[in-house]
Amino acid sequence: MVEGNTLSGKLGKFIIYFIVISLGLVCLLPLWNIVAISFSSGEAVAANLVGLKPINFSTRAYEMIMEDAQFWRSFAISVQRVVLALALNLILIVLMAYPLSKTKQKFKSRNVYMNIIIFAMLFNGGLIPTFIVIRSLNLLDTIWVLVLPGAVPIFSVILIMNFFVGVPKSLEEAAIIDGASPLQILIRVYIPVSLPALATVALFSIVGGWNDFMTGLIYMTQVSNYPIMTYIQSLTIDIAELVRSGANSDALQNIAEVSNRNLNAAKIVVSTIPLLVIYPFLQKYFVTGIVVGSVKE
Amino acid sequence: MEANNQQIRERKKDVKKEKITYHAMLIPGMIFLLIFNFTPMFGIIMAFQDFVPARGFFGSEFVGLDHFKYMFSLPDIGKVFRNTIVIALGKIIFGSLLAIVFAILLNEIRLKFLKKSVQTIVYLPHFLSWVVLATVVVNLFNLDGTVNQIMSSIGLDKINFLGSNTWFQPLLIGSDVWKEFGFNSVIYLAAIASVDPGLHEAASMDGANWWKRVWHITLPGMLPIILLLAILSLPSVLDGGFDQVYNLYSPVVYETGDTIDTYVYRVGLIGRDYSFGAAVGLFKSVIGLILILSANNIAKKYTDRKLF
Repeated sequence: MVEGNTLSGKLGKFIIYFIVISLGLVCLLPLWNIVAISFSSGEAVAANLVGLKPINFSTRAYEMIMEDAQFWRSFAISVQRVVLALALNLILIVLMAYPLSKTKQKFKSRNVYMNIIIFAMLFNGGLIPTFIVIRSLNLLDTIWVLVLPGAVPIFSVILIMNFFVGVPKSLEEAAIIDGASPLQILIRVYIPVSLPALATVALFSIVGGWNDFMTGLIYMTQVSNYPIMTYIQSLTIDIAELVRSGANSDALQNIAEVSNRNLNAAKIVVSTIPLLVIYPFLQKYFVTGIVVGSVKE
Repeated sequence: MEANNQQIRERKKDVKKEKITYHAMLIPGMIFLLIFNFTPMFGIIMAFQDFVPARGFFGSEFVGLDHFKYMFSLPDIGKVFRNTIVIALGKIIFGSLLAIVFAILLNEIRLKFLKKSVQTIVYLPHFLSWVVLATVVVNLFNLDGTVNQIMSSIGLDKINFLGSNTWFQPLLIGSDVWKEFGFNSVIYLAAIASVDPGLHEAASMDGANWWKRVWHITLPGMLPIILLLAILSLPSVLDGGFDQVYNLYSPVVYETGDTIDTYVYRVGLIGRDYSFGAAVGLFKSVIGLILILSANNIAKKYTDRKLF
């Protein structure tokens, strides 16, 4: 700790506080700017007047979202995919992690399965062959293409497997004496003691699913089937246009385009609310997840 | 005696039943892996074919290594691989440095409320999608954006960051470092917390100032985890970050911003040059596999830890 009693110590302390607070602001202010833009009038946004305070406070952008059927359709698709994927992921994770947590002596084929899983984690067919396979399964433009290809999150299976290995054997032996079957042991002994670890992998699944725009981009041919992030991506500023018109920046002052910026900012804010709602849990469980799960002794 | 045999027989039956249950538990997941991971691996043969979707994997004509020869004859490919590696390395190096420095500084903050607030804020960008953050970056860095407004107010020339081949790579690296440094600091904070406080006390008593203690105690204490993470980040040098690049690039900056993943997407999928796209993807996957196995071996050898 920096001592605060000498002059150089006080200066050092001041510099440290200054840097840390600055880094915090550097993270916060650009995000806050989007919120301010979403609550400003289109004209103020067009004139690039909005900094950290909304100019000509207006909720019109949010009123427009309320009537935007495609926005809510995409929002509902994302909610649906997250719920389905979460259920499927959790079931498959515990079902796979439990037998894999047994020693080779108890379950001889364990290492064979483990090698298959690790190989699947390390190597993949790549974008194009995966696309061809999924298209030939007729999954394009269905909700299932957002759920099934990621049904087994291998990293999470390994994380939970490692957690199960650490569960005291005495708990399991007591259940065996009571005549419990492996499935009953999993449900009554392992799952209840692993709830924090399961919360971590559940949150991986939720955040990953909500933020994913690439799957929708690749496998949905109709805009009406886009999940929320793919939908927002399809709306937000056309970078190519922005860069080209950069030569004469007056072209940007086109009101129709810029009032879109205002509306898009509001869409971004609304689409981020679900993550903000679960953010306290994210902070709690992701931190333990990354410290426990990132490396293996 | 009779009862004992009976017991052993029943126990054996139980063990057998147990094993069948274990297999049954693994089968559903294995079926998903078979369909969505292993079938595409088999589909890699299309990289050695002139793949026509209507004819499928079995009816398409084999052309050997033609796509690979063509790939290496393209000047684009060298550029795309170089861009990917430069962008990825920049993210790894500057991202780790800032995260380490931030963790050391944050550890000095004694005001609990301030420390918690700063952590809450700097972790947030990690959880947001690049779709959202690209809008943030564009707001800041476009020609009329905040950064250019500030620059022109202090008399500097405006810079078209998103359309400049000089600035696009630093922009990608910088914005990724911004998004991730806070969350990456979590693991370094844990490493700092594990350093024995007695060492600091002893050093203070010997008159070592803060710099000296950071340099001789904190950093050496963090070194194993820094090394481990550096080794394990080796395989990601081939990941330019599709989500970020796709949301920020444009044809003007393909020269410096195009990465392997965006190239495969554009040429292979949008351009429907399926076999060629698969060939480039396979080349990346194979190098990636070699890197990850090497990283795991190096980590096992020097740090007693491993990835899998």
